[in-house]
Amino acid sequence: MRSAFLRSFRIFFSAFIVICFIVVFSDFKYIIPSKYINLLLWFQFVPSAVKFYDLFTLATAGFAGVLVLTLITGRSYCSFLCPLGIAQDINSRIGGRIRRKFRRYGYKKPFTVLRYLILVVVLIVTFFSGIYLLTLLDPYAIFGRSVTMFIKPAVIVMNNFLVWVLGKFDNYSLSHVAIGGYKPVSYAIPAVFFLLVVSLSLTKGRLYCNMICPVGTLLGFLSKLSLLRIRFDVDKCTKCGRCSLGCKSSCIDFIRYRVDVSRCVVCFNCINTCPEKALSWGPVRFRKKTHTTDEGKRKFIAGSLAALFGVPAILRSQDSKTPIPQILSTVPENRTCPVAPPGAGSLEEFNKTCIACSLCITVCPNEVLVPAFMQYGIAGIMQPVMDYKKSFCIYNCTRCTEVCPTYSLRPLVIEAKKLTQLGKVNFIKDNCIVKTEKTACGACSEACPTKAVYMIPYEGNLLIPETNTDICIGCGHCEFACPTKPYKAIFVDGNPVHQTAEKPVEEEPGIKAPAEFPF
Amino acid sequence: MKRRDFIKTSAGAGLGAGFVLGSGGHDGFFRAVQARSDKYDMIAVMGGSPEAMFDLGIQELGGMGAFVKKGQKVLVKPNIGWDVLPELAANTNPLLVRRVIEHCLKAGAREVYVFDHTIDNWVNCYKNSGIERAAKLAGAKVVPGASEKYYQEVNIPGGIKLRKTKVHELVLDTDVFINVPVLKDHNSVRMTCSLKNMMGVVWDRAYWHKNDLNQCIVDYAMFHRKPALNVIDCYNVMVQHGPQGVSKADVVQMKSLILATDWVAGDTAASRMLGTQTSRIEYIPMAHKLGLGTMDIDTLNIKRIKM
Repeated sequence: MRSAFLRSFRIFFSAFIVICFIVVFSDFKYIIPSKYINLLLWFQFVPSAVKFYDLFTLATAGFAGVLVLTLITGRSYCSFLCPLGIAQDINSRIGGRIRRKFRRYGYKKPFTVLRYLILVVVLIVTFFSGIYLLTLLDPYAIFGRSVTMFIKPAVIVMNNFLVWVLGKFDNYSLSHVAIGGYKPVSYAIPAVFFLLVVSLSLTKGRLYCNMICPVGTLLGFLSKLSLLRIRFDVDKCTKCGRCSLGCKSSCIDFIRYRVDVSRCVVCFNCINTCPEKALSWGPVRFRKKTHTTDEGKRKFIAGSLAALFGVPAILRSQDSKTPIPQILSTVPENRTCPVAPPGAGSLEEFNKTCIACSLCITVCPNEVLVPAFMQYGIAGIMQPVMDYKKSFCIYNCTRCTEVCPTYSLRPLVIEAKKLTQLGKVNFIKDNCIVKTEKTACGACSEACPTKAVYMIPYEGNLLIPETNTDICIGCGHCEFACPTKPYKAIFVDGNPVHQTAEKPVEEEPGIKAPAEFPF
Repeated sequence: MKRRDFIKTSAGAGLGAGFVLGSGGHDGFFRAVQARSDKYDMIAVMGGSPEAMFDLGIQELGGMGAFVKKGQKVLVKPNIGWDVLPELAANTNPLLVRRVIEHCLKAGAREVYVFDHTIDNWVNCYKNSGIERAAKLAGAKVVPGASEKYYQEVNIPGGIKLRKTKVHELVLDTDVFINVPVLKDHNSVRMTCSLKNMMGVVWDRAYWHKNDLNQCIVDYAMFHRKPALNVIDCYNVMVQHGPQGVSKADVVQMKSLILATDWVAGDTAASRMLGTQTSRIEYIPMAHKLGLGTMDIDTLNIKRIKM
């Protein structure tokens, strides 16, 4: 096919996809229903693959669709479905506007050793150590973090400007939103990758995808077997070189009529650029060529697939029952374990599968989730953790568990969520206002949705908190509400393995409705 | 100014009532009161729907027109603090809120605003309490209160612990303030009603908890922007596990409504509905001592209506 329609279709389709992604990740009103988010994320390669290893159900096998798509069309995923890829294309275009030089790419040699090395190291580390390298390099996760941390605040600023303008006209239909933000250190890694991807794509096209991205390398490798490819009509080509100059993957060697399929992201720019219509997209034609490297390749593919599917299953079957460290302490703010989001189940399992895409962080209506720095250790860097100094977990909300693309946060029905104990409450009487100031407070007990924190008589007319950890769900509202500083008088210590709390107790009140006015 | 007038008149009315009743002229007294129906200190209604009770009650006070003049901006401040359904009674009854707004608009209010600085997530609170929908149906503007941007710093002369606080701009920008609290048990100050409902118009709630909650409640009551009317929702009353509640077991249906211009008096009456000793709700006697209202409600002229 040589039609200009191909490129237009690609631009239209990818624009739609990237807009959807940006909207989902910068939805500061928390109005996008989870089912649409799930639909959008189903095809995301890494999340889907991680979820598949975790659950082994075909319903989660969006990544398999991507593999098939790659075997047919080449790396179209990178141009059509990868939000980071599409965002880079947009950025490259901007770069081209800034300086025309930035748009002249030309053929360059591939970084073969480097990219395969990265892929292999990522695979090995992921399977045998932890998910952190994949977390760092997965394009979807990089995109998610970048939007959450850098684009969303910009969107909120625009919203607040609108609110301000409308406020002048006594219009309160939009509401002012405070930019929550995270600890400065949480921005470090996302910022490095954001800047890296932005600067590379601004001047060098798809260099990130073809040099670093493990998904790009893997799909590129599979593309070598793809059915449909860009090919030269040798008779028509005048070797003007425009295709090569305009190729953001720098993969067209027009001198030798070659397109490096492992780097081609099937953007169809070259087809449109060629004045002679010498380039087209169609089924590969095998020339009379001897099979030289195929056996090795096949072994590699077979081996990688076996590793991809087998190893995690073996590992998982071995350590499904890990010992539960049982910790309960009343030492001042002695936090022994971070609080993981609902649905995480056991921290150990959670830390293994979460790719830190920050989707749960960005969709949390109460903004209680923040990227972890060292709470989970180095292996859990940037994974979501509850920050009860910032906010608290909404009692009747399961939003984060609904959207998690890797099922690191397992879906919870609302009844189960209300009994899922993320952590346990700890009361430090010596910090409490009621004891230190001898004045009424009760902010913690007031906030507690289950009355796991309740008040008992203290000196004089005063009441002081008392806790019942059996019915505490670790939502952190008490800790958030507690006004003492710098140490809270009440805090939630995470459960290494989430537990089931008992149902709150219903008591018959001793008061009846008065039949007459009592005054 | 207004308060002084009010106290004078109510003291006068109380004295007068006492005198008339003491001298045995019941009939004459009631006729006199009927004639100037806006001179009740407090109206208590029992036995009807929230709307019907309010209709009757406000009529006894001379209609909403006695409080809202044509073209005025009105702030209706219900309690929307919690993300729970209306039947759990943690928030003001949405039916009542709707009726109050309708009366304000009927009296010629230019605009009626509704907001609360919620404790739970504000979007969920506004939605699940049913108040956002009810208020919009009635024709009010539902205003967010969840960002510090909406709050302006004010001084509270005479405040002991709370000398400065940030209040919502609507408290300052509107002409009439109508307080529509719901009566509830409270875990630490034992009752939340009119006076404590003011925690929802300030930004820094934690400060109150930290610096003697009772004192801060009283201090805020000294702020000059006071409610012209307190409409106390006692339809469903959370009598335990307040102010949030856990289940329906915490709620007793009292089907009552109290309308009071004096919020200390209103809270005193409410405390009796709750069956709590008023003196144990420390901020009430404290406010009484400072002359912010009276807790001697037995001296007041109260109109009691049973439907």
